[in-house]
Amino acid sequence: MREITYAKAITEAVDEEMERDPTVFILGEDIAQQWKGVFGEFEGLYEKYGNRVKDTPISETAIMGAAIGSAVLGMRPIASLMFSDFFGVPMDEILNQLTKMRYMFGGKAKMPVTIVSVAGGGVSGAAQHSKIIEGLLMSIPGLKIVSPSTSYDAKGLLKSAIRDDNPVAYFYRLPLLLGGLKGEVPEEEYTIPLGKADVKREGSDITVVAIGTMVHRALAAATKLQEKGISVEVIDPRTIVPFDKEAIINSVKKTSRLVIMDEEPKTGSVASEISAIVAEEAFDLLDAPIKRVCAPNTPVPFSPPLEKFWMPDEEDLIKAITEII
Amino acid sequence: MAIEKEKLIDMYRTMVRIRTFEERVRKEFAAGNIPGFVHLYSGEEASAVGACASLRPDDYITSTHRGHGHLIAKGGKTDRMMAELFGRKPGYCKGKGGSMHIADLEIGILGANGIVGAGITIAGGAALANQMKGTDRVTLCFFGDGASNTTRFHEGINLAAIWNLPVVFVLENNLYAQSTSISRACKLTDLADRAIAYGIPGKVVDGSDALAVYETVGEAVARARKGEGPTLIESKVHRFHGHEEGDEQKYRPKEEVKETKETDPIPKFRGKLIKMGVLMEEDADTIVREIEREIERAVKFAEESPFPEPEEALEDVYV
Repeated sequence: MREITYAKAITEAVDEEMERDPTVFILGEDIAQQWKGVFGEFEGLYEKYGNRVKDTPISETAIMGAAIGSAVLGMRPIASLMFSDFFGVPMDEILNQLTKMRYMFGGKAKMPVTIVSVAGGGVSGAAQHSKIIEGLLMSIPGLKIVSPSTSYDAKGLLKSAIRDDNPVAYFYRLPLLLGGLKGEVPEEEYTIPLGKADVKREGSDITVVAIGTMVHRALAAATKLQEKGISVEVIDPRTIVPFDKEAIINSVKKTSRLVIMDEEPKTGSVASEISAIVAEEAFDLLDAPIKRVCAPNTPVPFSPPLEKFWMPDEEDLIKAITEII
Repeated sequence: MAIEKEKLIDMYRTMVRIRTFEERVRKEFAAGNIPGFVHLYSGEEASAVGACASLRPDDYITSTHRGHGHLIAKGGKTDRMMAELFGRKPGYCKGKGGSMHIADLEIGILGANGIVGAGITIAGGAALANQMKGTDRVTLCFFGDGASNTTRFHEGINLAAIWNLPVVFVLENNLYAQSTSISRACKLTDLADRAIAYGIPGKVVDGSDALAVYETVGEAVARARKGEGPTLIESKVHRFHGHEEGDEQKYRPKEEVKETKETDPIPKFRGKLIKMGVLMEEDADTIVREIEREIERAVKFAEESPFPEPEEALEDVYV
């Protein structure tokens, strides 16, 4: 099968959905005529679709408002917020408008808005260009959250996100983009349903749930532990909301042990929510305490040694696994 | 601008409908029949009615926390509005929204809004959808003096300006953002001057004069419909009551409150229509009595309507 980059997977998903549905359009800063997205992830779209690929001023509030207003009237906008940290700027539009309108209006409006954004640390982006905000966002009812870790998932999930009639925040990972991650993606069309986890590596001794960049670190750790005779199952939820809790609980049935690896400060993280779900619904399956391998409760630091210390890595994961196995 | 007799009478009827609705809401709120917060539009009727009279039924509006007047002027039904205020199931939002979130997409009401200024960018989005679909529908965006100090005002109007969006921004300056006088919140005398910053026309209109509002907004609507882009209109109005019910307006000089009541747009419009020979005194009185009965029926409808089932709180989050 052909291999394409993570960035190209995103371009192909947007391209195919724009071709398929004339109500799909994309707006954001530096996405159309000059830069084609900060990482070239929207390459060729303006040339093909013209005015349906819209450069905006640096106006995140207006970008989100435009997406919301046009969605209510039946368009299917993709709003680019460039970096996930920038969600802070139009947070009212996300927190109070986009995700509440359907509910407040008694079910009258559909809000098929996809927000796409780069997220995550590992490349010295410093505190305002690195933060994962999935834990923060998952407490907002009405929003779906997608975090792909491979080219295959990136494409299939983005197509489903665009077709979804609900607001979806879609985060592609910065180090995977910059690292030129490649992966197998079929030529023929496919989609991946939101809310379906993927077993990235099968194992029998311990379940590791990892998200985004952390999936790759968990897989590297699993390979190392295999040499020591520890069989690690790595599960990638792929979507944070809706969350495939059955997949996690089914894996824990087999392994009786759970570690969650998440690139966020531990407090209020996705890892916290997953551990609460398993503790609440599958406590009897566990033979050891749940472990969370997360970042410390600080902003993301800049200098490489600081950031390396800050981000969870293979060694942190191996240490946590060794403690409970 | 020529305007038909029937339309003028209808504008008067709608102004009376808004006032009667609002004053009844005031009473029902005081009696404890309406939960939450209500922000009344009394005193500003000529602005909503004049502006919406220049729209077609298939045009759109966005509204504010002080939205009852806008919604009624765009065709919102008083019985379903009252039921929503009472928290009842047949209300516009099945009791999930209340006063600040009433919407009826079928008649072009894209929602009142509890966040000051939020409608500005949403109206731009609606206008963008209409532009992209190639329709000639216009979106009219109501907001207040307070909203003109928010991020949305700058980003939303600038984006509408550069993209020539078919939207009309109606800034209703009622002199107070909650308790804060506009004179303490902005150095300008006319907030319409802010249009200069975006390269679009800015107009000032006496918001207590329904015909003046109709003409000024009408020109902007025609301009937007032709694809010539947005206009900012400052409609100078007076708020009769407090920011919300229960606010005694201790921050306003007594003289000013008294003068405000003297600017009442409804007798002003009625007098004008009588003078124009469009309306007779007795016809006007008949309209007032009809509307009183309508609002009485609306309250009865609300009172007799069931509350939603508690479990309905779980519905309508996702499609």
